[in-house]
Amino acid sequence: MRNYQSKIRLDNHANSHYYIHPMTEKSRIMDGQGIARTLQRLTHEILERNAGCEGLVLVGIRNRGDVLAQRILKAMSSIESREVPYGVLDITLYRDDFQRLADSPVIGETDIPCDITDQKVVLVDDVLFTGRTIRAAMDALMDFGRPSSVQLAVLIDRGHRELPIHADFVGQTVSTLKSDGVQVRLEETDGEDGVVLIGS
Amino acid sequence: MQLKSRHLLGLEGMPREEIELILDTAASLKPILERPIPKVPTLRGKTIANLFYEPSTRTRFSFELAEKRLSADSVSFSQAGSSVSKGETLKDTVRNLHAMKIDTVVIRHGASGAPHFLAGCLDASVVNAGDGTHEHPTQALLDMMTLREKLGKIEGLKVAIVGDILHSRVARSNIHGLSTAGASVGLCGPATLMPAGVNDLPVRVYRNLDEALEDADVFIVLRIQMERQKRGMFPSLREYRSLFGMTVERLEPLKKEITILHPGPINRGVELDDEVADGRHSVILDQVTNGVAVRMAVLYLLSGGRGKIEMEDHAQA
Repeated sequence: MRNYQSKIRLDNHANSHYYIHPMTEKSRIMDGQGIARTLQRLTHEILERNAGCEGLVLVGIRNRGDVLAQRILKAMSSIESREVPYGVLDITLYRDDFQRLADSPVIGETDIPCDITDQKVVLVDDVLFTGRTIRAAMDALMDFGRPSSVQLAVLIDRGHRELPIHADFVGQTVSTLKSDGVQVRLEETDGEDGVVLIGS
Repeated sequence: MQLKSRHLLGLEGMPREEIELILDTAASLKPILERPIPKVPTLRGKTIANLFYEPSTRTRFSFELAEKRLSADSVSFSQAGSSVSKGETLKDTVRNLHAMKIDTVVIRHGASGAPHFLAGCLDASVVNAGDGTHEHPTQALLDMMTLREKLGKIEGLKVAIVGDILHSRVARSNIHGLSTAGASVGLCGPATLMPAGVNDLPVRVYRNLDEALEDADVFIVLRIQMERQKRGMFPSLREYRSLFGMTVERLEPLKKEITILHPGPINRGVELDDEVADGRHSVILDQVTNGVAVRMAVLYLLSGGRGKIEMEDHAQA
């Protein structure tokens, strides 16, 4: 059994261009309750900054940003009487590293159900890291219309920005090593709620 | 999941998962065509050459549009007015393309196997846009996409291909693609226009159109290729119409719902009556829209795979 496992690892190693060290869970940043409280606060902050939900459009970035956006939407509906339009953005076709990838990534669904021109768009994502995903998301958004403003809400800001991008609403700021990973796990996509820091 | 080959030369031998990957990708890309700005930056910096050695309007426009929608730079040439008419060989054309650092070549050629020849001596990806009487893979893929969209799935469909099978690269690609995807395919046409070795293909042969209409739910009606009929393969167009034409009189008494596809351009009043081509059974214009989406998918999937970075979770990047 042991031999078999080590053989598999060897094969994986031979096939990958970079050897990725096995990542282990270093610490738990948030549990399910923590996520719920943080989203509740983010919802209030978004409503406070925009003086209600008039003209707001919530757009979640796949994967997981869309799930978070839906939860924020639900929280909003219990505070405000008005429905807030909601869209999903897949940024695959706007990635800046397409030419450098070994594979053409699978394209997910993008669905912006309303005209975003002159609306206040709030982008929602799970983790803000290099800022490249957000750059791609903004480019994608502009192909759908000309919003009056774009704001960014993230659950975790882990630093190490490579572009001049900042979030307007941050759940929690976490200091990390660049080589670390921050994993947001959500009931809908991963079967449990929690945020963990992983690293070697 | 990715395509194993960096060329798309034909559907013969292409595994079912790859066909489904192309169709799924095309379905994801199609909504882009409806956007206010129907363009994404994905293939920025890629250069694509469209070589059309045979006349084509639809396929060439469709490829060019797909390239523009993905922001690739493209150059096109057709036989007339290019160096080909001055006697340049295909291989010399290739050498020139190579020197111009082309990433992808889309080729239509009158000789079966021309794209395979290019693929063998060029670093670029090669997409077959129709070679002789061999294959026309993107046409079959767009037919399959249209069927999946209209009827939900391809598996279990009974598809009849009607007309000049012998000269049809559309038929050949569809026979392979549809049967790999789980449809059963039947052929119907004048005996003189059936290919030799038809019994080796994964198809049944209908004795006449009425038998096909009885059995099948989907009809891919082929164009009578006037330019390839000089040898007198059937007596007259009028006889062809009465035996193999999809006429109103034939379709009216049918009790079931059928779907009619045609690769275009239509010879109205020969293989299809006006009322049928523009009627409720026809999905011909959906085919044209889907053609752009399918070609975008093929170009997208073939254009990846050059870099060295393994896929990572972009959500964290």
